[in-house]
Amino acid sequence: MADKTTIILHSGEMDKISSALIVATGALAMGMDASIYFTFWGLERLVKGKLDKGSLSKMHMLGLGKWMIKRRMKAADVVSLETLLRDFKELGGKIIACEMTMEIMGIKRENMREDLIDEYGAVGAYIQEARESSITLFI
Amino acid sequence: MMADITVDVKGQTCPVPLVETRKALRKASSGDTVKVIGTHPASKKEIPMAVSALGLQLIDIQEEGNVWTIRIGV
Repeated sequence: MADKTTIILHSGEMDKISSALIVATGALAMGMDASIYFTFWGLERLVKGKLDKGSLSKMHMLGLGKWMIKRRMKAADVVSLETLLRDFKELGGKIIACEMTMEIMGIKRENMREDLIDEYGAVGAYIQEARESSITLFI
Repeated sequence: MMADITVDVKGQTCPVPLVETRKALRKASSGDTVKVIGTHPASKKEIPMAVSALGLQLIDIQEEGNVWTIRIGV
């Protein structure tokens, strides 16, 4: 079993994107390989300008909860999703975009952040990553 | 040439100290020493874990007030 972490990122909410990126970047920092398979609501966050546009998974309260959490995160010096994503790529993280989701949601490659995406794939791409991973999560 | 590389992550929180340490270790050459200075308590525990997982040498950990310094041999 290779020293690798593979995450399916199905959710698009800000807090869940944050969890996925922290775990994946942490794995890279601890010397593992890491890949994230972006699908469904998670995939939408790879559309240009949409990374931090997700709601909160709980206590969103029409945006008030998100505004409060963002303020608390800033006060606690928590880094932005953009910084986490850049760090993930800088440390060698791999991003796979789900092609079926792109078809369903009518998302075109040119509308996505193609510079960050290593591969466009389907379930087989995830399985190939997961079968050689000692950690795999669905977020 | 052996070099001393300093990573200052005082005031930064999870996972930044760990990630910045890893970035510095990737750039360091064999024989270099990486010195990480920070304040986040959890990072003081997880950076040595990463050092061990990466098969590197933990030289020492010093503390002064709430500031810790971890030295790593590459």
